[in-house]
Amino acid sequence: MKKDLLFFIIPLLCVLILKYFSSKPSVTEIYNTKQSVELIKSSFKIDEVNFNFDVKPILSDKCYTCHGPDDKTRKANLRLDIESGFYKSLEDNPNYYVINKNNPEKSEILNRINSENASYVMPPPESNLKLSAREKEILKKWVDQGGNWEPHWAYTKPKLPSIPKIDSKNWASNEIDYFIAKKLESVGMTPSEKEEKEILIRRAYFDLIGLPPTIQEVDEFISDNSNNAYEKVIDKLLESKSYGERMAAIWMDLSRYGDSHGYQDDQERIMWPWRDWVIHAYNTNMTYDKFITWQMAGDMLPNATKEQIIASGFNRNHKITQEGGVVPEEYRVEYVADRTVTSAKIMMGLTVECARCHTHKYDPISHDEFFSLYSFFNNVDEDGLIGYGITAPKPNLTIKKADINKDLSFINLPDSINDVTLMVMKETENLRNTYVLNRGSYDSPTKLVKPSTPEVVLKFDKDKYPSNRIGLSKWFFDDDNPLTSRVTVNRLWQQFFGVGIVATPDDFGSQGNKPFNPELLDWLAYTFQHHDKWDTKKFIKRIVMSSTYKQSSKVKDENRLKDPDNTYLANYPRQKLSAEMIRDNALATSGMLVNKVGGPSVKPMQPPGLWDEVTGGGGGSLAFYVEDTGENLYRRSLYTFWKRTVPPPSMMIFDAPTRDFCSPVRQKTSTPLQSLALMNDPQYQIAAENLSHNIFNEDTSIEKKINKLYRTVTGRTPKEDEIEELKKYLNEIKSLNKIEESKAFNSLVVLVYNLDETTQKS
Amino acid sequence: MEELHKHFLNNNRRNFLKKAGLGIGGLALGSLLDPFNFGKEVDPFSSLNNNELNLPHFAPKAKRIIYLFQSGGPSQLDLFDYKPMLNELRGSNLPESVRDGQRLTGMTSGQDKFPLVGSNYNFKQYGESRAWVSELMPYVGKIADELCFIKSMHTEAINHDPAITFFQTGSQQPGRPSMGSWMSYGLGSLNNNMPSFVVLLSNGTGRPKGQPLYSRLWGNGFLSSLHQGVQFRSAKDPVLYLKNPDGVSAHERRKMLDYLAELNYKQEAFFDDPEISSRIAQYEMAYRMQTSVPKTMDISDEPDHILKMYGPNSQKPGTYAANCIQARRLIEKDVRFVQLYHMGWDQHENLPTQIKGQSSDVDQPTAALIMDLKQRGLLEDTLVVWGGEFGRTNYCQGNLTDTNYGRDHHPRSFTVFMAGAGIKPGFSYGETDDLGYNIIKDPVHVHDLQATILNQFGIDHTKMTYKHQGRRFRLTDVSGHVVKDILS
Repeated sequence: MKKDLLFFIIPLLCVLILKYFSSKPSVTEIYNTKQSVELIKSSFKIDEVNFNFDVKPILSDKCYTCHGPDDKTRKANLRLDIESGFYKSLEDNPNYYVINKNNPEKSEILNRINSENASYVMPPPESNLKLSAREKEILKKWVDQGGNWEPHWAYTKPKLPSIPKIDSKNWASNEIDYFIAKKLESVGMTPSEKEEKEILIRRAYFDLIGLPPTIQEVDEFISDNSNNAYEKVIDKLLESKSYGERMAAIWMDLSRYGDSHGYQDDQERIMWPWRDWVIHAYNTNMTYDKFITWQMAGDMLPNATKEQIIASGFNRNHKITQEGGVVPEEYRVEYVADRTVTSAKIMMGLTVECARCHTHKYDPISHDEFFSLYSFFNNVDEDGLIGYGITAPKPNLTIKKADINKDLSFINLPDSINDVTLMVMKETENLRNTYVLNRGSYDSPTKLVKPSTPEVVLKFDKDKYPSNRIGLSKWFFDDDNPLTSRVTVNRLWQQFFGVGIVATPDDFGSQGNKPFNPELLDWLAYTFQHHDKWDTKKFIKRIVMSSTYKQSSKVKDENRLKDPDNTYLANYPRQKLSAEMIRDNALATSGMLVNKVGGPSVKPMQPPGLWDEVTGGGGGSLAFYVEDTGENLYRRSLYTFWKRTVPPPSMMIFDAPTRDFCSPVRQKTSTPLQSLALMNDPQYQIAAENLSHNIFNEDTSIEKKINKLYRTVTGRTPKEDEIEELKKYLNEIKSLNKIEESKAFNSLVVLVYNLDETTQKS
Repeated sequence: MEELHKHFLNNNRRNFLKKAGLGIGGLALGSLLDPFNFGKEVDPFSSLNNNELNLPHFAPKAKRIIYLFQSGGPSQLDLFDYKPMLNELRGSNLPESVRDGQRLTGMTSGQDKFPLVGSNYNFKQYGESRAWVSELMPYVGKIADELCFIKSMHTEAINHDPAITFFQTGSQQPGRPSMGSWMSYGLGSLNNNMPSFVVLLSNGTGRPKGQPLYSRLWGNGFLSSLHQGVQFRSAKDPVLYLKNPDGVSAHERRKMLDYLAELNYKQEAFFDDPEISSRIAQYEMAYRMQTSVPKTMDISDEPDHILKMYGPNSQKPGTYAANCIQARRLIEKDVRFVQLYHMGWDQHENLPTQIKGQSSDVDQPTAALIMDLKQRGLLEDTLVVWGGEFGRTNYCQGNLTDTNYGRDHHPRSFTVFMAGAGIKPGFSYGETDDLGYNIIKDPVHVHDLQATILNQFGIDHTKMTYKHQGRRFRLTDVSGHVVKDILS
């Protein structure tokens, strides 16, 4: 209690002290920004509480392990995850109510959370869970306000919200901006002005095609004064073949793509034709419903084409074991579970994996429902254990040169190969019975279940959909499915703003974050589904054409206090480039990039010995890393060979996931290993030498050379003092190493590649 | 008021950066950004992310740990768990009642007979503790009074990948953080020029190319990648990309970093992005590592008697012996968690030959490491753990001959040993039956061992949690008890 009082007093004191001694910078004891923000935040008065946004997160996190959906671990027969649970009288004392609507003060929930008696207080001390004073305050306020329950926000179908009225109409470009501005205005903030052109165009290039613009492209944009200059750039990028590569790079994380089987022996697999299909599908702007349906059930579509069957390979990207001693069925169960979890994560944004062993502790997904969903994916005639040297275990599909010449021109088969075989989906002739597995274990089948989906999302109507993967796809895209559109637009939003409107793209359930702007999320979801009809390029264009996206990334002083994390987007959020972009930027700006689409994965430079140290010499053709030669060294990072047990260091160091399973969000860290890679990785050294050579040999002044270097690498024109600084460095290196300027220039290029700005998207 | 607020926040931020980013030695991997207060996992607006770690939970006995992982599953029956009855019954079938439904691997499930086989090697008792140790491990035998043998380890997994993953992460399927990552997350770093979690690999002579490892074993799982294990290699670059390119002097590098910082600070002033400072700090840490890592890895300052103590391979980079010296040197530099892996224990066939070479790889260096730590006063707060992912069967895999046998994986009972940091020396815990198949006294599950290790670091294993996708995860999943009986 004492601590909480301080929360109110300290900010007050700080403000008072600051007022009187504002000239002294060292007044405050508080050095932790986050902590001070918390102080400020907690001193805000709790006025009106919203069940879904304020109350449910507390109940879910602190109460549901014992009073949630799982009846096996439920205590006192009390549920706080459904409406009826709240208003009943207590089983052991009928005079008491969980929530006493007539006499809120007498509500047992409040008595319990405020009790100091260790055997009575909730949550109990042995749970290691505690309610903060603020959380208690929210619960009290909620009970006082009537203790009303609402269904979970994400399970109600999004409706089209009306466009709000805003003050900053002149700022807005499209509907997105009205929702953003409305929120900002409601908390007393204003959006930012348009970003400078050279920064904006680099942002759009990376976001849409994953590559930087050339100086010429920047200059053309700057000198184009027409009203639609920016739109022209966007249209060009959306039509670029590199767009599909950028989109595919994100899809690789989600679909856990790899070029090796992933478990112990981790030998080579061939799935790259599927990757080529993904690029192709994005580039031809296949609608999202079709894109997903083919991947979920392409093999089952009537008269399925080879292209549709290739697409179904999505569900075979999981790891497959080659470890001699295993029980094959144990691993087959793993694969089916992986498909189930991956599909649920991508399409529903739910953590269904929790329900594999028992009913979900937080979300209304039962143990049975997990296996009903699992049963859709349980009919593949596959091997749990595969032998060595098998690159495409059954079921598989062979594609011949003739197929490619006919309809599959997107597959980039090298001339030296006549055909290629990859894994695909295919139903067994006799469908398997699916049983609920006790504790999720392969050898403990219990109850027989039929294909179905979590009912809380949307009932699986057996009259409407067939009980197979086609039916599941139809269910995903049913007009009444509340999750598909929200989860998808949220991920697309994340692609451009770094953080989704729901910051947990893989958890729209009780324990996930709430949307920071629910109206915007619903507007986007509804629009993508009903207006754009799942047209991804059209939707993406809406985002990048918004003023919200085009804003300056400079943080405005007046907003820093109100929203230090920039949740409400009063400016564009500066972000680190992805691992792929960082390397591709070096390749592209140095003129070394071999911009060829598709084909077998490639093995660019990596430190020698890396694979064999870990494999100990086992692992078949992947025991040792054999670097490629020629142009394969300089392909886009999307094509870098992915051995899952020793993933490429130049990707891993910059926060790429291991691809062991579906990852909807990447970490954003800064580590010394990243600094070392940028300074010393031979790939960056070669890039620097190349760029240095290209620029230095031009017949211009040194200032102009530096200017060109800076613009090429960072996209921005350096200021005079920056050029001076760089010139000074150049001269110092020259005299330090007693070398010619041309050599020293090389050093300068390395420096510019290491600038913070180079690896950031402003 | 606006002005005041701005000033207030700016000042806080700068102070914060000074203290957390550039001041007090909080710059190591795993502690550069205090993970409790900074970084994406903590949202100051969400009451759900209150840091409840509050570590350590109680006074720790251990500050550092060296985990000598014996990958492949060493045969406890040929090393530490002496079962003379197996020699008497050599060739007779394992009674079904003893096997009692134990699952077999695919490698022996087809065998129609399970002939018992004792060790070809002799055992003897050592020291005051009278511990039985095989002649394969004479050096370890000699230091038996420093060691605590747990002869009743058991695990749930019977194949390598899930079993090693289980030992390292508490779960059989990949995706959770490694023990070293958990420690880095929970306790941070002890130094400012080295990672807090370092990994060293070596290949055994027992069964080369037998069974690979996977870098995810030292991965950070869902924790921040600041906590990932950093592999120190015997190659030219002990840490990836550590060495400056040819022709670039340290002096030149220093100059570049100074200019880099200068230019980056200009950016910071422009964008007001506080992350810029922390990234500048990463470059400084990288620079320090460029000096500190090679210096630590360079054993030329080790006196002869020490090199000799670790055995004939001690100067051969990349061997287990060389890695043991490295481990000690890293511990001296206050690296929190040194994880060694020695491959080659997976001896399904020709075990008597293979285990001989494999044991001689590790015997002398392991004993030397422990005694070396002891003579430097480091064993008091450094925990040493030696063991594999499971044991091996008491029956023969393949053909049993007069001189030869093999053994399959055995999860039901095996031996690990520990030393230092408040673990009872000269002690043996747990027992298996006369056939060395089932545990008859004091079983220790993998989660129990993990709970006990964390306990020595002042961590209550039920309380060190990380919330990921709505669930609070911990190293020991949902079970585990501290083995109090082995604590001194």
